[in-house]
Amino acid sequence: MTAAAAATPMIRMSGVDKFFGPLHVLRNIDLEVPKGQVVVVLGPSGSGKSTLCRTINRLEPIDKGTIEVDGQPLPAEGRALAKLRAEVGMVFQQFNLFAHKTIVENVMLAPVRVRGVGKDEARRTALELLERVGIATQADKYPAQLSGGQQQRAAIARALAMRPKVMLFDEPTSALDPEMVQEVLDVMTTLAAEGMTMLVVTHEMGFARKAADRVLFMADGEVVEDATPEEFFGAPKSARARDFLGKILTH
Amino acid sequence: MDFLSRYDLLGAFWVTVQLTVFSAIGSLVWGTVLAAMRVSPVPVMRAFGTAYVNLVRNTPLTLIIIGASLGLYSTLGLALADDTSGTFLKDNNFRLAVLGFVAYTATFVCESLRAGINTVPVGQAEAARALGLRFGQTLGIVVLPQAFRAVIAPLASVLIALTKNTTVASAIGVAEASLLMSEMIENESDKLFLVFASIAVGFVVLTLPTGLLLGWVAKKVAVKR
Repeated sequence: MTAAAAATPMIRMSGVDKFFGPLHVLRNIDLEVPKGQVVVVLGPSGSGKSTLCRTINRLEPIDKGTIEVDGQPLPAEGRALAKLRAEVGMVFQQFNLFAHKTIVENVMLAPVRVRGVGKDEARRTALELLERVGIATQADKYPAQLSGGQQQRAAIARALAMRPKVMLFDEPTSALDPEMVQEVLDVMTTLAAEGMTMLVVTHEMGFARKAADRVLFMADGEVVEDATPEEFFGAPKSARARDFLGKILTH
Repeated sequence: MDFLSRYDLLGAFWVTVQLTVFSAIGSLVWGTVLAAMRVSPVPVMRAFGTAYVNLVRNTPLTLIIIGASLGLYSTLGLALADDTSGTFLKDNNFRLAVLGFVAYTATFVCESLRAGINTVPVGQAEAARALGLRFGQTLGIVVLPQAFRAVIAPLASVLIALTKNTTVASAIGVAEASLLMSEMIENESDKLFLVFASIAVGFVVLTLPTGLLLGWVAKKVAVKR
């Protein structure tokens, strides 16, 4: 990688505004995420953190400002946008595995249909990925036959099958039973350690402390704090962040 | 009951079956296209789909079938068969009837399918788009296969309605079951109820298994969430 390429941030947002009707959900967001960085986005519900995550691959269009992924501005809806989305992995709160396809078919689908990879090769890669996230034995089952934790790990494998440049996680453990949260976080921690650029919206403070390079704290559509995990959890600067941490860390 | 042997009951019902099968295939294809238009992001497509469905669905079928014969063929000269062949009138009327049934039944297929699309959680399409699938792929690979599985039972009702609707083709002289019935009524006026019963039984024989089979298929392929 040349110095210039390394300097291009993976995600760049500048002056981003977004409204849901009269509700101002994102207020003048400026953000740069360098390659290889793991960013955790924290904040109370309704603070705009999920929306922020979803604007990066344009699942939510923005009203003002610009977003660039790896130096390329987000195109309008169409072929070019589909191409860009193929390089941005996304993991949803509700897993969203294709309910009519088996786990291995879920993982193979996009490489075959979007990248034109041969079926045999796609299946081999898919099984390797499922092995990596620890559910290779479930490959031929349907999503509804798996536990939530297994489904979410399959969804991570499905996103990784496209060899994305960056992974977006939109509250990946919020819909899980407590005993299944750790298995998903373990996969994400491994991914972070391997150098994947990640933006993770979550309520898992343990993951933020352990795996994050940087914590963004959002409230009312604004990025209120932008700090390392040590700084944020040790000495939050804003009253809102102290209030938020006080509520979730005392029990 | 031996008066029945004087008539080609099987032959007439065979025409009914052919009308039904060709119209069903056509309606399924055209109805799917209409549904795709009605959910597409392109405003012109949506407007056309909506206008077509509301116009055609609310027009009486008899009017559409007679319109196909008198309007498309007699007035505009649209022939769907080789007019030098000996069976021209028979073939042309049959095909015009199929065209009319497809135009009409597709609107019901479209609306069933649209209801089916609404049963597919929006996250399914979001996941497909996030993976880089284009609109057509998202619809064709992820949304429609799940929508179809959800609406097999309602589509069975549409198919049963279509089977019985084919009797309207007698209005333009297609020799299906109800045209034969009219002929039998004229010749066998002393056995009216027997005539009615034999035609009715014929239709039940066609539609009852359709409903049962598709009901079973619907259960079999249902998507578990």
